[in-house]
Amino acid sequence: MWRAGFGPAAAQLSEFANLKPTDLYHALQKASAKKPEYLDATDDYLKGLVQGIQNEGKRLQQLDKQDKKNVMQQVRYAIRNLNLLWLSKMVDSDQQLLEKMAFFWHGHFASRNLNVFYQQEMLQVIRENALGSFRDLLYGVSKSAAMLNFLNAQQNRKDHPNENFAREVMELFTLGRGNYTEHDIKEAARAFTGWGSNLKGDFMFRKFQHDEGSKTVLGKSGNFIGEDVLDILLEQKQCAKYITQKVYRFFVNENVDQQRVSWLADRFYKSDYNIGKLMEDIFTSDWFYDDKNIGTKIKSPVELLAGIQRIMPMQLENEEALLLVQRLLGQVLFYPPNVAGWPGGKSWIDSSTVMLRMRLPNLLNEQDDFNVRPKSDDDQMMGMMDKQQVSSKKAVGAIGKPIDVTIDWKPYMHAFENVSREALVPTLNATLLQVPPTFATDLIKTYADGSSRDAFIRSASFLIMSTPEYQMC
Amino acid sequence: MLIKRREFLQVGSLATASFFVPKFLKAFEGYQMVPPGNKVVVILQLSGGNDGLNTVIPVRNDIYYRSRPKLGIEKTKALSITDEVGLHPALTSFADAFHDGSMGILNSVGYPNPDRSHFRSMDIWHTASQSNEYVSTGWLGRYLDAQCSGCGVPTQALEIDDTLSLALKGEQINGLALKDPKRLYGTANEKFFKDVAKGYHDHHDEKPVDYLYKTMAETLSSADYIFKQSKLHPSTADYPNSELGKSLKTIASLIYSEINTKVYYVSLGSFDTHINQENQQQRLFKELNDSVGAFMKDLKANNRFNDVLFFTFSEFGRRVSQNASGGTDHGTANSMFLIGGGLKQQGILNAMPDLTDLDEGDLKYKVDFKNVYATVLNKWLGADDQKILNKKYDYLKFV
Repeated sequence: MWRAGFGPAAAQLSEFANLKPTDLYHALQKASAKKPEYLDATDDYLKGLVQGIQNEGKRLQQLDKQDKKNVMQQVRYAIRNLNLLWLSKMVDSDQQLLEKMAFFWHGHFASRNLNVFYQQEMLQVIRENALGSFRDLLYGVSKSAAMLNFLNAQQNRKDHPNENFAREVMELFTLGRGNYTEHDIKEAARAFTGWGSNLKGDFMFRKFQHDEGSKTVLGKSGNFIGEDVLDILLEQKQCAKYITQKVYRFFVNENVDQQRVSWLADRFYKSDYNIGKLMEDIFTSDWFYDDKNIGTKIKSPVELLAGIQRIMPMQLENEEALLLVQRLLGQVLFYPPNVAGWPGGKSWIDSSTVMLRMRLPNLLNEQDDFNVRPKSDDDQMMGMMDKQQVSSKKAVGAIGKPIDVTIDWKPYMHAFENVSREALVPTLNATLLQVPPTFATDLIKTYADGSSRDAFIRSASFLIMSTPEYQMC
Repeated sequence: MLIKRREFLQVGSLATASFFVPKFLKAFEGYQMVPPGNKVVVILQLSGGNDGLNTVIPVRNDIYYRSRPKLGIEKTKALSITDEVGLHPALTSFADAFHDGSMGILNSVGYPNPDRSHFRSMDIWHTASQSNEYVSTGWLGRYLDAQCSGCGVPTQALEIDDTLSLALKGEQINGLALKDPKRLYGTANEKFFKDVAKGYHDHHDEKPVDYLYKTMAETLSSADYIFKQSKLHPSTADYPNSELGKSLKTIASLIYSEINTKVYYVSLGSFDTHINQENQQQRLFKELNDSVGAFMKDLKANNRFNDVLFFTFSEFGRRVSQNASGGTDHGTANSMFLIGGGLKQQGILNAMPDLTDLDEGDLKYKVDFKNVYATVLNKWLGADDQKILNKKYDYLKFV
């Protein structure tokens, strides 16, 4: 469940015990087959505000200071809500595979954008195509207003090419470094001239900005337009290899087995980039369940957060805490550090984050005070820092107070009803951890609250979740 | 003074044969000594690619003004430091440092076959690799490896931040990231975690989970030490209430303590000014100028300015010509500021960039940044630069 979704849900604990992994995968596949519902985090007020501005044909820069500030605030708040909305889908949705895959693509097609409507559109493109065709996904994302604006396509004009999009589409989205030249980028940038979006976020081809001349990209020449370049990129086998390798790192193991990747990539290419088939190939392979491929990945902060909420269904009085934790652990949805997405793996772990991860269960159990402060959001964001900060004032307000949480223990407790007291810690370990624990059972017993059976289960569960082993999936 | 300053500074005080407990509990027994006047280096990363040509401005160069009709900074507005050169108007503290002989400016610093992508170029600067090779350790991390092979001393290099940069990650030893000494202390002060860490034993076939255990044990062993040090002689000077201001104040407090830290690392950004460069650079430079100005004043007042070498770098400079959006695109070579009371060379250390000799619109590098690293490692920190950089680079003469 951790590998095809965001961990087991409390209510499913009992039923999973008897299920074969491949059957589980097919159940997840089935649930994820239907079209995901649109996630809309904007309210009528913001919609009206933006509609009004559009009717007057203005861009944001043309508003007076007060209006601009107001709109920006509303938009930031909406992006915050979108973050929480999507996170809640990761927690509650039965389309676990789809959301997990979308989460992968969210990091792959990393973009920051202050326009929440653009962000919502892009998220929908990603979720609708998450298990579909990579060709459609690449087209959809490349033509989304969020990406076009993020990578300066609007500034890419015939007489003044801006190479940002052309570079990233090759380096990060399709081929990977070393599989193209600087010259290919310059030429491709010319082919993408004219791409842009209107105020509403619809794709626009501005013919007069387009460079009609002949270009040579990856050995092919012609009077290419943007779509031609995407097709040329997809024709490269390297594209299938690059994507498969990244998927393998994310879903299987950071240490890539080149033979398996090349087998997978070959089939991915032949299926014309059918992502669902690629995932089926991976999840129904025997080697996927080899010991060396289990529990080898460090959960990303969002995976960790979603997973805790799945196993312990909870109501948070102040959901801001969920954003604060994302920031402190280094992964805020819709705010990737740069266009390369989150590097993942060991990079999640440093002296500060490792301790916060250990403390997280107790923070959510109201046993520990929040005394950590996120740093201002100032990584490389293509120079759009001021407009893009997460609402830090509100987040900082949460510091010092325990997070107010109500946990629905019933489904969780239900799973352990028939377990003898002696077997409790080992059973909890097996339920919560993907790797065998190195800490002693006695250690948990010493620190757990033994006043009642329920109290013991609760506190022992939190302790087990406060270990390095719980960070692995 | 209530706390009597101990006669000797401790080095390698966390030295233990293994990363793991229980040794860390009696971590501070093996003292080594260094003379007072512990030399440290403070590195400021300008993230996102700072526009060097609008930082150190060639105020009598027509090509500069022709290439930047909108963005070029007029001679009358720049802070004049020589007949030919002006600094960005916001950088008054840097101009002062230039005039009082505590600053050097190194022009056209870069590397062969420059990469114009942020993280790749930053990778190259962090790892000190060639542009066609991939290295997973940073130059400061390898400095830690070389200084203290076989002992876990994560406090020798500190990053004032929430996450640790690749530059400070070594093969065996990582630096330590902290935003606030108090915070790390608060996080680590948990008996359960110490017991969990204690029950763990190093083994040969390292599994992924071991990395977490290792980091946890190191953090716990360092937290108390850093916190105590930070309280010994906290800086009382006034700093601006900005992120960088606070970070430099923390660094000053640790410099005045008896901590064994040799390298401090801090970042400011984002300088990725594709659009509306003028405002953004102005705002960031104000934070930079006020914070570094306060830091220099503080160090001088405490007679430690001679022991500190401060330098700035960015992953690349920007293109000579402005773009159509009031900004500049990714470029190549860039200038570096070197500041300190112990500089052997001051002023403008080499020729200004040659704008008549460009590589597809970008500056050609004249100084490899690895020569700067080699100089800092060898001449300032007394380390084996060749081992750390895997190659011999000639030393420059600024220290």
